[in-house]
Amino acid sequence: MSKIVSKKQLSEDVYRLDLEAPKIALKRKPGQFVILRLDELSERIPLTIVDSDSDKGIITIIVQAVGETTRKIVSKNAGEEILDVAGPLGSPTLIEKKGIVVVVGGGVGTAVVYPVAKAFKEAGNNVISVIGARNKELIILEDEMETISDKVYITTDDGSYGAKGFVTDALKNIIAGKDTIAEVLAVGPVPMMKAVCEVTKKFNIKTMVSLNPIMVDGTGMCGACRVTVGGKTKFTCVDGPEFDGHKVDFDELSRRLKSYSKMEKYGEEKQEGCCKGF
Amino acid sequence: MVRRNRKVVVKDFKVAEKIPRQKMSEQKPHERIKNFLEVPFGYTEEQAVKEASRCIQCKNPLCVQGCPVRVQIPEFIKLVTERKFIEAARKIKETNSLPAVCGRVCPQEDQCEKVCILGKKGDPVAIGTLERFVADYEREHIEVQNVPEVKETGKSVAVVGSGPAGLTVAGDLAKIGYNVTIFEALHKPGGVLVYGIPEFRLPKDIVSSEIKYVESLGVKLATNAVIGKTDTIDDLLNGNFNAVFIGTGAGAPKFMNLPGENCVGIYSANEYLTRANLMKAYKFPEYGTPIARGGTVAVVGGGNVAMDSARTAVRLGADKVIILYRRSKEEMPARIEEIHHAEQEGIEFHFLVNPVRFICGDSGKVKEVECIKMKLGELDDSGRRRPMIIENSEFRVKIDTFIIAIGNDPNPLIQKTTPGLKVNKWGNIVTSSDTGKTSRERVFAGGDIVTGSATVIEAMGAGKIAAASIHEYLSNL
Ligand SMILES: Cc1cc2nc3c(=O)[nH]c(=O)nc-3n(C[C@H](O)[C@H](O)[C@H](O)COP(=O)(O)OP(=O)(O)OC[C@H]3O[C@@H](n4cnc5c(N)ncnc54)[C@H](O)[C@@H]3O)c2cc1C
Ligand SMILES: Cc1cc2nc3c(=O)[nH]c(=O)nc-3n(C[C@H](O)[C@H](O)[C@H](O)COP(=O)(O)OP(=O)(O)OC[C@H]3O[C@@H](n4cnc5c(N)ncnc54)[C@H](O)[C@@H]3O)c2cc1C
Ligand code: SF4
Ligand code: SF4
Ligand code: FES
Repeated sequence: MSKIVSKKQLSEDVYRLDLEAPKIALKRKPGQFVILRLDELSERIPLTIVDSDSDKGIITIIVQAVGETTRKIVSKNAGEEILDVAGPLGSPTLIEKKGIVVVVGGGVGTAVVYPVAKAFKEAGNNVISVIGARNKELIILEDEMETISDKVYITTDDGSYGAKGFVTDALKNIIAGKDTIAEVLAVGPVPMMKAVCEVTKKFNIKTMVSLNPIMVDGTGMCGACRVTVGGKTKFTCVDGPEFDGHKVDFDELSRRLKSYSKMEKYGEEKQEGCCKGF
Repeated sequence: MVRRNRKVVVKDFKVAEKIPRQKMSEQKPHERIKNFLEVPFGYTEEQAVKEASRCIQCKNPLCVQGCPVRVQIPEFIKLVTERKFIEAARKIKETNSLPAVCGRVCPQEDQCEKVCILGKKGDPVAIGTLERFVADYEREHIEVQNVPEVKETGKSVAVVGSGPAGLTVAGDLAKIGYNVTIFEALHKPGGVLVYGIPEFRLPKDIVSSEIKYVESLGVKLATNAVIGKTDTIDDLLNGNFNAVFIGTGAGAPKFMNLPGENCVGIYSANEYLTRANLMKAYKFPEYGTPIARGGTVAVVGGGNVAMDSARTAVRLGADKVIILYRRSKEEMPARIEEIHHAEQEGIEFHFLVNPVRFICGDSGKVKEVECIKMKLGELDDSGRRRPMIIENSEFRVKIDTFIIAIGNDPNPLIQKTTPGLKVNKWGNIVTSSDTGKTSRERVFAGGDIVTGSATVIEAMGAGKIAAASIHEYLSNL
């Protein structure tokens, strides 16, 4: 059992929750996640540990309500409980002083990027951040990113805030500046990560991405989270979630993410006998 | 002496032979394929007593030698003939703390029943079914099981993993007075008994009542505790625990490394069974976890895991379920009963074939599996004839879902995060088999993590050995 200590809405569908999880707060490192099961009937779903306070025994998660489980989670209020929280899972990011690091967050991906960017900054790197979303309302963690970055660029698809365009446009401009970039970290929707990798590949800039496949156990037991990296099958929950973006088969990941989309839609409408031959 | 004994045996044999081995009644195949309820119903009291009367109470019972934990078989069976069912259950529990589970899933035909003297001329005594009967009787008739009084030792042991090995170690040590905590990575304890073996073969309330019993002995359960992540083995040793037992099982699924293996609709048996059992996907959408349903489902493999996957697929509404196995029926490692049940449920067996690649549609969903025909060659290390490819014999089968059930490797999480813990070339933890001691001081291990995939009762046997040796070790400290 994990109590929700506080809850805050960040944008239309995105909420920040602080959870009581003393063990995890003590152990977690940037780049790791938890698997959470809301109640007896719920799925187990992975969510990044965005921040933690080991003194208070609290971890922070940021959840975008995209389907049944995430919607149920964000409908909970402070004081209510989450049945199961397991972690910290996944391999932590390798944090060292590299020089200039560019972090790119798309939509809720900014929540995944933030803890790693913060650690890069603390390790003495020059952190340049790019955060993007469809419109102004969907930009999250702007203030937090400001405090841990040397420079923040904002892009929106519709131009309602920051520069009009995609994160890749801002990234191209940064690369066009003369400084050498040691590493890029990109997290967001799969097409965004793929697009970022296409840009950086041309310039041979090392690029890490944090992948978000469907998971079940999160401990390497089921293989649901398998992705192809450099022609080899990897389990995201133990070998990742971060991988060399230039080697990831993003198209396969996109297809695997849609495995249950038809059933999920039926499920939300609670239709019986929905699922034959899905 | 010897001669007189033999005479008795011969006389009783005749009596025993007149009574046929009692059969459990079971759900009819056409009904059971529509539900997840247990298939056999178990014995009635009359059947149990009748079956028990077949046992000739050998003075030198071979059956006991066939049981990895040496259940006192003639003694408990005698109590059944006297209708002392509760006492019979207690008798078994002196050596086996999970009789309701073992009575159901032990491969008795290879263990206790294989060597039963009656099997020489006819059918052996149905030891497993009797064991199941008395355990069920006890559970249904006794509200709270009496917990033995113990004197606390003041020492603590951490048990990692809550499968049969871990539960046995925990139960045994708690009974001697140790303070025991089980750490389990998943949200529910039980190991393969809860996430792998399906409800229709091992109802989950039986597992949970066995776990409640272990808890009633004072064992604490910490779920969602992924050792190697949440805490390491060294954290446990440096914390409150005097010793640690590792019983983390053989949990990492093997894939075949074939082209197209990551298409949508291709599962490891672990994923398929975990979704169905642990997450109750067969009750989707009431339960939130989805699973592929219907269509043609093919399963590769020939063990219990393959049978469980195929029979689960039938119950999830598949139009057709096929098992692909690269050897012939004789070599199948699955229990005879499981193969028989699978056949009754309409599952098709294709022998001497092996998948070579998968063909996916535009959406990434698997459409076909290409297979190749095999023939059997020379005997291999396992004593079975080695399957060999027949060149140019490829053919395709149209499928909607594919399940890979070719075995598991040990999960490397603990081995990787515990310096100095010796493992073999397959990643199994190395122990001394008569003590369960590992290369690390105060660290013991047993079950599938040591032997590779084996059986419930063997994991329990390893747990018993480890518990005894942990006790000896901590007593001398
Ligand atoms: C390591 C890791 C870290 C993650 N961190 C976060 C996080 O910090 N914040 C956050 O909001 N989400 C995060 N996710 C994604 C989150 O787990 C999914 O959004 C969630 O599982 C969806 O569950 P649902 O039942 O609400 O939606 P579903 O009903 O399962 O799906 C609804 C829609 O979302 C899509 N979808 C399903 N699973 C995913 C997924 N894993 N990623 C993207 N789309 C998906 C489906 O295709 C479907 O269209 C992370 C995923 C991983 C693997
Ligand atoms: C589908 C299936 C059907 C089977 N059918 C039969 C049968 O009919 N008869 C039979 O005798 N045997 C059968 N077996 C084999 C039998 O189940 C196993 O041999 C037995 O369960 C092994 O017991 P164990 O305690 O070693 O490990 P497991 O039962 O595997 O339990 C290990 C536990 O440790 C946990 N764990 C793993 N890593 C960690 C970690 N890092 N931290 C904390 N916890 C961790 C796991 O989550 C799991 O709960 C079957 C196996 C499967 C998969
Ligand atoms: S535990 Fe298994 S092998 Fe031993 S007597 Fe019972 S059924 Fe037979
Ligand atoms: S079960 Fe078989 S071997 Fe065992 S005592 Fe009875 S008759 Fe003898
Ligand atoms: S989620 Fe099961 S192996 Fe990664």
